Amino acid sequence: MNKRLFFIAPLLVFLVLAGYFAIGLTKDPRKLQNMLTGQPVPEFTLVGLQGRDDTGFKSADLIGDVTLVNVFGSWCVACRVEHPFLMTLKQKNLVPIHAIDWREEDKSAGPLWLKKHGDPYTLAGDDPKSKAAISFGVTGAPETFLVDKKGIVRFKHIGPINQQLWQTTLMPLIALLRKESSS
Amino acid sequence: MSAELGHFALILAMLIAAVQATLPLIGAQRNMPTWIAIANPTAYVQFFLTTLAFGCLIHVYLISDFSVVNVVQNSHTDKPILYKIAGSWGNHEGSLLLWVFILALYGAAVAAFGRNLPPAFKARVLSVQAMIALGFYTFMLLTSNPFERVFPAPLNGQDLNPLLQDPGLAIHPPMLYLGYVGFSIAFSFAIAALIEGRVDAAWARWVRPWTLAAWIFLTGGITLGSWWAYYELGWGGWWFWDPVENASFMPWLAGTALLHSAVVVEKRDTLKGWTVLLAIIAFSMSLLGTFLVRSGVLTSVHAFATDPSRGVFILALLVTVIGGSLALFAWRGPQLKSTGLFQPISREGALLLNNLIMTTALAAVLLGTLYPLFIDVIGGAKISVGAPFFNAVFLPLMVPMIVAMAIGPFMNWKRGDILPALGRLRFTFLFALVAGAAAWSVETDGPFMGVIGIALAAWLGAGVIAEISERIHLFRAPLPESMRRLGRIPRSTWGMSFAHFGLALAIAGMAGAGGWKVESIQTMKPGETVNVGGYEYTFEGAQEGQGPNYTILFGKFTVRKDGEVFTVLEAEKRNYPVTRMPTTEAAIHTTLMGDLYAVIGDAEGDEGAYVTRIYYNPLVVWMWIGCIVMMFGGTLSMTDRRHRVGVPHKRQHSSASSDPVSSTS
Repeated sequence: MNKRLFFIAPLLVFLVLAGYFAIGLTKDPRKLQNMLTGQPVPEFTLVGLQGRDDTGFKSADLIGDVTLVNVFGSWCVACRVEHPFLMTLKQKNLVPIHAIDWREEDKSAGPLWLKKHGDPYTLAGDDPKSKAAISFGVTGAPETFLVDKKGIVRFKHIGPINQQLWQTTLMPLIALLRKESSS
Repeated sequence: MSAELGHFALILAMLIAAVQATLPLIGAQRNMPTWIAIANPTAYVQFFLTTLAFGCLIHVYLISDFSVVNVVQNSHTDKPILYKIAGSWGNHEGSLLLWVFILALYGAAVAAFGRNLPPAFKARVLSVQAMIALGFYTFMLLTSNPFERVFPAPLNGQDLNPLLQDPGLAIHPPMLYLGYVGFSIAFSFAIAALIEGRVDAAWARWVRPWTLAAWIFLTGGITLGSWWAYYELGWGGWWFWDPVENASFMPWLAGTALLHSAVVVEKRDTLKGWTVLLAIIAFSMSLLGTFLVRSGVLTSVHAFATDPSRGVFILALLVTVIGGSLALFAWRGPQLKSTGLFQPISREGALLLNNLIMTTALAAVLLGTLYPLFIDVIGGAKISVGAPFFNAVFLPLMVPMIVAMAIGPFMNWKRGDILPALGRLRFTFLFALVAGAAAWSVETDGPFMGVIGIALAAWLGAGVIAEISERIHLFRAPLPESMRRLGRIPRSTWGMSFAHFGLALAIAGMAGAGGWKVESIQTMKPGETVNVGGYEYTFEGAQEGQGPNYTILFGKFTVRKDGEVFTVLEAEKRNYPVTRMPTTEAAIHTTLMGDLYAVIGDAEGDEGAYVTRIYYNPLVVWMWIGCIVMMFGGTLSMTDRRHRVGVPHKRQHSSASSDPVSSTS
């Protein structure tokens, strides 16, 4: 190892970091929640849940319609809190909701949970090893992504969604996005 | 009145810091004793003034002076007195005042207790301390004045975030800051050494107790924060890899590495540049922690100040302090000549391995914490990296480290032999296998990492005991001889053993709670029973009550084991009318084998049914005990004889080389 380099490297690394900080400061931190900048959903392919008809859930499924992607887990308490509201959305047929069933230790845990509490999902994929969750940048369950017809994430919400969020944010946004063309 | 007095005290403290930052340093460079002598009194005066300012802030909180913006935003007349006091640092401006107060406290402590330091060196150290302080005073006075008035004064305040109204969290920030800011001393020592171009055994011995003190407080601060999350957030978890938690964990990793590499400098006169770099990194991470939490450059659930103009100032401060010190390191570092040579398989090698793993872990945590920022800057979406990433990267790094931790202390300095060391650990190895097998047999398709964790904890814990037995020739020498040897073990060695053993206990707790947690969420009507982890919980119904500044919902559970009443748990849900925020207070019954943990949620229907969450968290208490044992180990090491020798009464100007070198290994 070049000895000189050992003494200079820390400074160089720090200067690069500081550059990132400087640019980072000019960005609005609240975009973490709002993510309206419009990035396409990351590529993912997940196998379906046991006992459901669907063959799986992949990024291509998100093209063509305005959808919600909901990250949940049978182990997640807040998901249990959120669940009745998702069921309401399903009963009123307001928007297709797809699921990423995250970090189940047992393949049957997610399906059992849905059998017990009701299944609001159109498509559902099993993600025990966080393959999709990491690329989505999931910080915890539940998390919900609003995806437009082109498969671009337009809104992200951390934590349970509820009536209030639906009325103030999700519903107007969905109505707006439905007017956009899908090409 | 108090507010103005505090404000003036802060301005004066800034001016004093400006004097302390320059004159003693110039005096040391030009060898002018009268200028050098300015260092001590300025450090004392600065401490007095920040104490006064801090006292004033607490006073305006105590008398609920709502003409001060800070009090309006964070207090309320109905708030209990403890939280009125704690409220003074539970916000951005107040926490900065706490920060500089502790910085000045450490500065005054060096002035008072550093009597064995050469005066010129001490003057440089105190000047560097004052430079850091100067940056923070300017920051406060220009962007974040805690004493700002508001007119007209409102009738009452907006109350403190109820999550923060908790005894654990009231003392958490001071503890954490004593850790964060404590690394400023190691930093100042490193900068002073770079200026002098000399790092030797004496330097390593001076810096050690201060680093240990910071490390002990930081360990305590992290533990308290984690404990708070465990019982207050009500999810049964204790660590979430949240950016704010990472911000406190990164200086801990750097500080731990520093403690180990400083040993090598002291005993073997090598790894000097590396040790100085670690001292700079440890404090840089503390500053970065402040930056991460305060600037809004990353968002997190409990970042409570996001204001870009402050962010710009903090960034400038960071670039000056960290960039400046690393530039000094690049310029002066190559002059630090190491003399000791060693083989890869040796005590030095083991300590270096610890350092490499610690810094790799640090880099991984740093990368994970900053990743969202990198992606954001290069045009990607704002994302944040969750626990899966950290667990996937961090846990595999810890496995070789724990394995090596038991072996390292058996190694000789300079050149060790791996096979005899492993031979002495054969019973330890067997014990670890048995413990792992026992953990596995509890639940045969149980969690892989849990079993590994239990085996590693057993390996490390037994390894520590094996090392002590070896040291005292247990069973090889007659018992009285062994006892004599036991009594002669220096405190620093006991410190190491306790700290390592504490970590073993903590790992067992983490593995148990991470691996075998049982949880059950259900709606319960009064009289209904659920079985969780072998205990039957009967819900006795919920009733309302009134706290000092909140309403309470009590949920009562009778817990039975094998039909006998085992305990009664009373979970609380509090509602704070001023902020309209609810908090949960989990009911926890701790046993050595695991915690019984119950939380009451929302009412469902009108038959008195509630959503309840019940957890069985195995071995959690071992984690807290382990952390306390680690802190105790640190304290033992700090009070080692070699840190005290040559200190007070007889000699006033003892120089480094005349200190007797203790023989500890």
